[in-house]
Amino acid sequence: MATSLKCFLRAGKNVVSVLRPRGFHSSAPAAVQVTVRDALNQAMDEELERDERVYLLGEEVAQYDGAYKVSRGLWKKYGDKRIVDTPISEMGFTGIAVGSAMAGLRPICEFMTFNFSMQAIDQVINSAAKTYYMSAGLQTVPIVFRGPNGSSAGVAAQHSQCFAAWYAHCPGLKVVSPWNAEDARGLLKAAIRDDNPVVFLENELMYGVAFEMSEESQSKDFTIPIGKAKIERQGNHVTLVSHSRCVGHCLDAAAVLAKEGIECEVINLRSIRPMDVESIETSVMKTNHLVTVEGGWPQFGVGSEICAKIMEGPAFNYLDAPVTRVTGVDIPMPYAKILEDNSVPQIKDIIFSIKKTLNV
Amino acid sequence: MLSNISNVLRACATRNGAAVVMSARTYADFTTQASFEVKKCDVFKLEEAPATEVVMTRDEGLQYYRVMQTMRRMELKADQLYKQKIIRGFCHLYDGQEACAVGIEASINLSDHLITAYRAHGYTYTRGGTVKEIMAELTGRRGGIAKGKGGSMHMYCEHFYGGNGIVGAQVPLGAGVALACKYQGKNELCVCLYGDGAANQGQIFETYNMAALWKLPVIFVCENNRYGMGTSVERAAASTDYYKRGEFIPGLRVDGMDVLCVREATRFAADHCRSGKGPIIMELQTYRYHGHSMSDPGVSYRTREEIQEVRSKSDPISLLKDRMLSNNMASVEELKEIDIEVRKEIEDAAQFATTDPEPPLEDLCNHIYHNDQPMEVRGTNPWAKLKSVS
Repeated sequence: MATSLKCFLRAGKNVVSVLRPRGFHSSAPAAVQVTVRDALNQAMDEELERDERVYLLGEEVAQYDGAYKVSRGLWKKYGDKRIVDTPISEMGFTGIAVGSAMAGLRPICEFMTFNFSMQAIDQVINSAAKTYYMSAGLQTVPIVFRGPNGSSAGVAAQHSQCFAAWYAHCPGLKVVSPWNAEDARGLLKAAIRDDNPVVFLENELMYGVAFEMSEESQSKDFTIPIGKAKIERQGNHVTLVSHSRCVGHCLDAAAVLAKEGIECEVINLRSIRPMDVESIETSVMKTNHLVTVEGGWPQFGVGSEICAKIMEGPAFNYLDAPVTRVTGVDIPMPYAKILEDNSVPQIKDIIFSIKKTLNV
Repeated sequence: MLSNISNVLRACATRNGAAVVMSARTYADFTTQASFEVKKCDVFKLEEAPATEVVMTRDEGLQYYRVMQTMRRMELKADQLYKQKIIRGFCHLYDGQEACAVGIEASINLSDHLITAYRAHGYTYTRGGTVKEIMAELTGRRGGIAKGKGGSMHMYCEHFYGGNGIVGAQVPLGAGVALACKYQGKNELCVCLYGDGAANQGQIFETYNMAALWKLPVIFVCENNRYGMGTSVERAAASTDYYKRGEFIPGLRVDGMDVLCVREATRFAADHCRSGKGPIIMELQTYRYHGHSMSDPGVSYRTREEIQEVRSKSDPISLLKDRMLSNNMASVEELKEIDIEVRKEIEDAAQFATTDPEPPLEDLCNHIYHNDQPMEVRGTNPWAKLKSVS
């Protein structure tokens, strides 16, 4: 069913309502169900079409259609020049990508997973992030580094690390972390159009998840501003701040707690750097309680940064309790299912933490 | 001649379903050893090459057969368990490449060292892991060789350094092991494996340089199975002569489907290392029947005909079997007997692997530091204070 849906969607970009409820036909805009994978694919397709300087390179991105099929169909459409299969040479091809960005192209450099970006991290930080500064504005590096980040399912320690904190630590980089299909589409387009190096952190487990996308978000020029968070759910009792897959967990926890009369405000960060601290502060000044939720390790993480920022700003005086961080467990990711399940934040952990924070 | 007669008579007896008791073939009827011709290895920066006429004894043959068959069946069982979702995550199978692992191990000692990448189940076995603990690791149970914490790509045992998930990273590690060998003066060497895909990693060339400069006792082995995930060698490498890529390091190109050719080449390479001449590269031309991993069907970048052709013409187990049978080194029944024993061993191991309990939650935070104080580890929230004992 999913396959036929995909085919149907690919048949025409202007497919109208696929899952519209039967009954009274209104003139409301046509919404469509799109997986995160397809949203990324369509965003890249459109940006490749829009600007011929844009090209994609990485391992298995062309003839294999992408290790996770995110670049499916692109090589067939655009050919060898625009969609480039590289050897397994991360440091080398990342450097090549950055160099090409310096000389006028707009590369999308894919890491099969961000774990492998560690092999190339010097090029990302020292060659991409810092160059505009070092050249006092002379040399731009309009590049996007994208790929799956964070934990997956059963891929063990070397393939499960979250790099949000590492990259967001560095001035000169922008770091975004989409959750749903709309985030994926809007943020990727914005990242490709941005003249700066952007680290685009996807999530493998989200690729196959479908979300409803508004008609507005299907427009070819739909972009989401980098540096702005989104309030996914309004609430008065506690602010939950998260990014990527954990946003979904927060919404699930909020649904459970709503039945007990606890209304959570869920903020989807969307951007890690620059981070929309203002949205968090505004929310905390309303709810007086803050819980951060992330998949990465606790020490020096996204949650740590949020805590620090809150303490440095006006919202601190509105807190009725210390900020609570919900994070991955501070260990390398184990393989066995029972251990892995207990290494990442579960919905029950979020609920527990919220109740402790609210002292209920 | 007598043995032929008794063979024929025995066959007749079976066919007629007669209950006639024939005299069982004794081991004295078999050839105890024979000479075989193996393909000549291409050499690079070497005056000599490994021998092309090699001797194999009956016992050796039976052992190689048993080990290769065990590896084959183990991988096929893993395929089955993966499809049943009892194994999860990554699973990179080795079937087709058995002659490499068995041939290498035949010419080194367990006191030598070995490291490879993620297609590691076979090597875990030849290095001393049991099928039981390998399978239990794949299913993530406490009886696994890494207590369920590592999974398919992270299996270790004595003098076997994994099982490594980051392509190419194992190569400098292997040279480091060799450095330790030289440093400690124990006349041990390190066999350091990588694939045709990894051969384009920069860190390998850095390693070549230092290994040659410092004359480290390392045998670099490139298992060239023609495809790096979905990318054929022609599309990934400016030069596909992997045995020459070491530039200033001598190299051999070896028929990786022939266990005797691999054994002979490894013997040659090991002699080179142990004589203090420094590193050497062996390119083993081999083939994997499965896709890159269980999530790759393996037919989008190569044809089924190609896979079938290799299976029918170059299968390492069949090659060995034919050699033994046509040289009267074993009987069909004897090999069948081994097959049955192997099948049983795999079944028992799979049974264990599916019924052994998962690791206990108390083990979650252990093995962070060695020889250290017990410490507290932060769980998913500030109130979750977990225990870690070294």
